[in-house]
Amino acid sequence: AASEDGEDEDEDDEPPKGRRAANKKKAAQADEEDSDDDIPQRRCNEAVNHLMFCLSGDDSKSDEEEESMSEGEMAKLMEEVEEKKKLIANIRNKPWRMRRRLKVLKEAQQFVDKFEGALGKGKGRKLYAYKVMMMKKWIKFQRDFENFRTSCIPWERKIKEVESHFGSSVASYFIFLRWMYGMNLVLFSLTFGLVVIPEVLMGLPYGSIPRKTVPRDEQATAMDYSVLMDFNGYCKYSVLFYGYYNNQRTIGLLKFRLPLSYLLVGIGTFGYSLMVVIRTMAKNADVGGGDGEDNEFTFAWKMFTSWDYLIGNAETADNKYASITTSFKESIVDEQENQKDENIHLRRFLRVLANFLITCTLGGSGYLIYFVVKRSQEFANMDNLSWYEKNELEIIMSLLGLVGPMLFETIAELEEYHPRIALKWQLGRIFALFLGNLYTFLLALFDEVNSKLEEEDSIKNASIWFVKEYYANYSANNPNDTGTPPPIDPADIIRGPCWETTVGIEFVKLTISDIQVTYLTILIGDFLRALIVRFLNYCWCWDLEAGWPSYGEFDISGNVLGLVFNQGMIWMGAFYAPGLLGINVLRLLTSMYYQCWAVMACNVPHERVFKASKSNNFYMGLLLLILFLSLLPVVYTIMSLPPSFDCGPFSGKERMFDVIMETIDLDLPAFMGTLFGYVANPGLIIPAVLLMVLAIYYLNSVSEAYKNANMELKKKMQMVSILCVQVHNNCPGACDSSARPQGTWTSTWPTRARQGSRATP
Amino acid sequence: MGNKQTIFTSQQLDAYQDCTYFTRKEILRLFHRYRDLAPQLVPLDYKNQPEVRLPYELIGSMPELKDNPFRQRIAEVFSEDGEGNMTLDDFLDMFSVLSEMAPRDLKAYYAFKIYDFNNDDFICKSDLEKTLNKLTRNELTEDEVRMVCEKVIDEADLDNDGRLSLEDFQHMIMRAPDFLSTFHIRI
Repeated sequence: AASEDGEDEDEDDEPPKGRRAANKKKAAQADEEDSDDDIPQRRCNEAVNHLMFCLSGDDSKSDEEEESMSEGEMAKLMEEVEEKKKLIANIRNKPWRMRRRLKVLKEAQQFVDKFEGALGKGKGRKLYAYKVMMMKKWIKFQRDFENFRTSCIPWERKIKEVESHFGSSVASYFIFLRWMYGMNLVLFSLTFGLVVIPEVLMGLPYGSIPRKTVPRDEQATAMDYSVLMDFNGYCKYSVLFYGYYNNQRTIGLLKFRLPLSYLLVGIGTFGYSLMVVIRTMAKNADVGGGDGEDNEFTFAWKMFTSWDYLIGNAETADNKYASITTSFKESIVDEQENQKDENIHLRRFLRVLANFLITCTLGGSGYLIYFVVKRSQEFANMDNLSWYEKNELEIIMSLLGLVGPMLFETIAELEEYHPRIALKWQLGRIFALFLGNLYTFLLALFDEVNSKLEEEDSIKNASIWFVKEYYANYSANNPNDTGTPPPIDPADIIRGPCWETTVGIEFVKLTISDIQVTYLTILIGDFLRALIVRFLNYCWCWDLEAGWPSYGEFDISGNVLGLVFNQGMIWMGAFYAPGLLGINVLRLLTSMYYQCWAVMACNVPHERVFKASKSNNFYMGLLLLILFLSLLPVVYTIMSLPPSFDCGPFSGKERMFDVIMETIDLDLPAFMGTLFGYVANPGLIIPAVLLMVLAIYYLNSVSEAYKNANMELKKKMQMVSILCVQVHNNCPGACDSSARPQGTWTSTWPTRARQGSRATP
Repeated sequence: MGNKQTIFTSQQLDAYQDCTYFTRKEILRLFHRYRDLAPQLVPLDYKNQPEVRLPYELIGSMPELKDNPFRQRIAEVFSEDGEGNMTLDDFLDMFSVLSEMAPRDLKAYYAFKIYDFNNDDFICKSDLEKTLNKLTRNELTEDEVRMVCEKVIDEADLDNDGRLSLEDFQHMIMRAPDFLSTFHIRI
């Protein structure tokens, strides 16, 4: 009964409420306060009547009169129509019943239709009607496009299933995975469309020039499975790697500039990724709504926001009830004991000890990687290697990635941090581990590259000498043949070491081994474990399911970090191995299905659910950091290392970016060349950089100012609401709480707010 | 896809699209979900806006709601008769507010109504106790329950009247980092 009464009251209130909000400017000017919902209505009706009368066709009325009406009332009517349109656009945000919303919507739409047509009479009527029609078509198009876009999003059902069983935190990993898949798909299509396809379609075919042919001495083994698995043989001399691409300035009928396109796509990959990551971060920051762990509303938030409405599964619900209860009990205990830090010194000592141990571990792992890389360089010069020796580097790195986090977690038990802080430390340490590993790997790789570069000079001379000798021999052996000698078979020409392809191969091998390790870990660590626990339970002494080992939980942070770091490797390697992006797209696609299946089949929901919302930007921040870090090596090689002399699209040039200079000189009109010359002048670049720094500083201070203004406004609103409630309690009927923001209060707001400091927030 | 559906007129679908956060396809899918709860009660032709009301038991047994401790309150808040018996309009409204796209203040308004068990426009101590007991399935002792409810009122009550008004609740929930992600049902 109470709700019914409330409903009726609302029912009467809502049309004037809508118009009241729309006419708050008029309300301030209104002389009578009691009928302030009547005035706009009355004015509206008057205007309607007047217009109808004018339109009904008493043409004897002079045009001047018609126009004199239009001037004032037309404007008011247009305003009304605009307000109604705003109402229609925002009607879904109003906390009304659906029936009411539909009714108000219908009325508003009828009003708008009636007057948009009517207002069109007179000057510019046709144009106005046309504009209205185009606007309607545009809105319809936007709506259809949104519908189409929503239906294009893949795996929505799958993610929803995972979400209902495991909560929003595990699902956030899959949403992140899907987002990565989308980004990689775009990068792949860019590379594929602008680099691979032109070379395949318009470039020279396999076997025509030395860089595209398997050398004679490797041809015997080029098709062997073991060689292909190492990405030598036919794999090495294919579109997958940098070395295949020809350095012809333009290819084909369309005069497609492949080297330029290769360089620009390589840089564009980073540019696009940067843009997408920052845009997502900005969007997330909006939703986040708040920083840090304030203790201001601990219990209130626990009570009102701990239940995850997405849970649709009895087991998960049980877990959730248990975790909420435990969490309340913990907070109660915390609240009851004023935390006296017993043994601060012991705790500090333990923490220092833990950090020391972890630093040692990190240093040790860095050294191990370096040592193994050195060894693999020695192995490269040996033959008859066992499988282990060939893949030692990748195996060691993947093992470190597995063992390291577990070790860190064990050591971190010494520290006794609050779990959320402990998790951040854990993520930070794993991040450092992976970073250190990656960079040691890169440094070792650079050593290899440098040694290859030294080799190159001698091989270059050797190959030129070889060609000369071949021709000399030919003419010596066939003195009668005066025509040009046949060209040397490409397979016979001496090849340079081609360091870029080697680097590409290393990255591809690393990625592949990482994929294998991840999938195997899931298979063994989760699937096999689940099988054992399930079936061995029948004949085992203790309950395997309840005790150890039980079923695994989904390791969200480990998986997300793994994803982030793999993406870093892809970014680094994509320049040297365009095929790597394709491999990654395939890998993400299969990961999605494989991991979804694994989670549903082998994992159980978490005991303590990981909060998804705050950490999303944390992962994006890590991704951004990795993006910058992977940009550095690539830019360095483009700028300072000389490309190989006989492979890749930049062969023969001093530096890779010379291709841009060449394009500016040859393809663009002359003035562009001079323009770029001026722009590239340090005298111009340094002020530009300074300007950008100043702009950042300015925008930062503006946003600080907005934040402060926000806080001030919030405080004011708080004070006003407190005061209003106090007045409401003291003189009932003085202010209708549902209509607070306007009416009698608007004129008194500034004075009340200024009085302010007696209210306590 | 396309214009082949005969359940609603296109104006009705457009109106629903304007009044909720759903696309046309989602509205049709929701209609079928609604109908699947009681195919014999719900006609396939809604052009004349038939007055069909599904009893609370059917709504409460939906997989999205059956494990939610507040499902009865949710149904009561969104139903017109206040008893949990929902028409299609109420059904759409409920899932629209609980969807991802609804803004924070709209969700806060309805969350307040849901947790206000006695419908007096204030969350008083007894409401808090009921909420807590539902959340923990009566696992906490009376003392603990009392302590938690006192703490909540301490934290969130701005006007010091011993209960939470809508403004208090909104002020508190607006800064909660998890509110949007937990007060969300995907259907």
